Amino acid sequence: MLAQVIFYALAALTVGSAALVAFSRNIVYSTFALLGALMGVVGIYILLAADFVAMVQLLVYVGGILVLTIFAVMLTAGIADVKVSNRTVGTGPAIVVAGVAAIVMLYAVMRTQWHQAAAFTPAPTTYAIGNAFLGDYVLPFEVASLVLLAALIGAIVISSHEVRE
Amino acid sequence: MQTLIQNLIASGAFGKNPPRDLVAAIVVFVMSLVVFLAIALPFAGIVTWVERRVWARIQSRVGPNRVGPQGFLQWLADGVKIVCKEDIVPDEADARLFKLAPFLVMLAFTLPWAVMPFSSSLILADLNVGILYMTAVTALTVVGVLMAGWASNNKWSLIGGVRSAAQIVSYEIPAGLSIFPVVLMTGTLSMQGIIRGQGWAPQHWFLFANPFTFVAANILYMSSLAEANRTPFDLPEAESELVAGFATEYSGWRYACFSMAEWGNLFIIGAIITTLFLGGWQFPHVTNNVVAMNVLELITFSVKVLFLVFLSMWIRATLPRVRIDQLMTACWKYFVPISFVNMIGTAVWVAIWPDGNVAMGYIMFAGAIALGAIFIQRVIYYLRRSQMEVYLNPTI
Repeated sequence: MLAQVIFYALAALTVGSAALVAFSRNIVYSTFALLGALMGVVGIYILLAADFVAMVQLLVYVGGILVLTIFAVMLTAGIADVKVSNRTVGTGPAIVVAGVAAIVMLYAVMRTQWHQAAAFTPAPTTYAIGNAFLGDYVLPFEVASLVLLAALIGAIVISSHEVRE
Repeated sequence: MQTLIQNLIASGAFGKNPPRDLVAAIVVFVMSLVVFLAIALPFAGIVTWVERRVWARIQSRVGPNRVGPQGFLQWLADGVKIVCKEDIVPDEADARLFKLAPFLVMLAFTLPWAVMPFSSSLILADLNVGILYMTAVTALTVVGVLMAGWASNNKWSLIGGVRSAAQIVSYEIPAGLSIFPVVLMTGTLSMQGIIRGQGWAPQHWFLFANPFTFVAANILYMSSLAEANRTPFDLPEAESELVAGFATEYSGWRYACFSMAEWGNLFIIGAIITTLFLGGWQFPHVTNNVVAMNVLELITFSVKVLFLVFLSMWIRATLPRVRIDQLMTACWKYFVPISFVNMIGTAVWVAIWPDGNVAMGYIMFAGAIALGAIFIQRVIYYLRRSQMEVYLNPTI
């Protein structure tokens, strides 16, 4: 019973914050509302007994990506001005694209056969994730790190180029 | 925790057949409140008085000694005063974010207490991912600090907030990497599991397990000080340049939230280092009485943590502030590469000696004692040479 209450509270937090991100007139509010959305997802992971994934979500998304986003938004001059950052453009095409996307998603949700998961006792997941990453899925894991390495080198090349000029 | 909840339900205090999850929620709520009100808040208060007295002694002053015996009640007087002050929200500030920011900082300060391993039984939740949780929730501070800096609509605040965020985000990397050697050696992320992997004697601590963990412990301590905005890394609130950094516009209890989190974080830093490297609450098994054992373990843990807190006060009163470029150089050019070496070195070490190398523990502990002895010898030598008068009585 309590689990259901918590689930709906977390879902409301996630969806409400996401709505604030999308509809807020001030882009700084949108950025900070992202915190609520990401924290809601952390809560849902915990509810699903995915302890390791929840903590990594907190560490990477809240501690890293959100902070970088806030940095970028905060240091832009006049960012709180709606005309600078949040102008309404292309209303017509946007409605069409959003409508089509909504129909496709609704169709997918309706067509999917939803299974009720069997009851389970929460168990530590860290070992299993580690074994999977360095065992069966070592190639995708390494490819992902290669992409990150490329991004790092790219960032260094771009920034050093600017300094020279 | 589990047995406590079962006992409570069996005792019938909540009526017949109460919903188990609701009882668990109440127990967790009450216990968190007790830990927070009985340990976290008084610690954050008392440590301000201790720190002011310690600085005063180091700088040949007297320090606060009027309120209560030796000024011990100074923190209560300060607390009452700050709560009674007006809570000012500047006209030009973004009122909503301005009011929200202290709560976020306070949240980041309260969450780590859930996995604080005070003794073998005194822990609210021994999570499987305890140490990861600890580092993840302390990172929430950045969001609150950035919010405060931006919402104040003040250049000092903004610069303070941005400096703080840059510093915390940078130093999180060496701090996180310095945890890995210990995780490699124990194979667990749980706080109690890490402590159980060590012994009560110093040569069995992870600090002295191998040269790499010793370096990792030092890097973790320095990085934690930087993350907590402590001198010599207190650029975000450099008084001479930025008034009070991101907290410039705050007053009353909202300001108290920031300063309380800042002081209280000292305990959390000390607890992380104690758990990972100093054997946590480990105490020789001297009695079969569970309660007595837990009290002894609690004292052991507290003494180790308070020693680290004292060390940070000592550093703060001694060292000058570093420049921002020196701060970043230290992090990215030295701490991060050294942390990677530590990680790989420990991995090789564990591959060679899977059960640890006890001889190395004795050698490193002996080396540490020798270093301490040389330090004390030098201090005595210079005190003699300068012919300074030394007052050892701490209560004048």
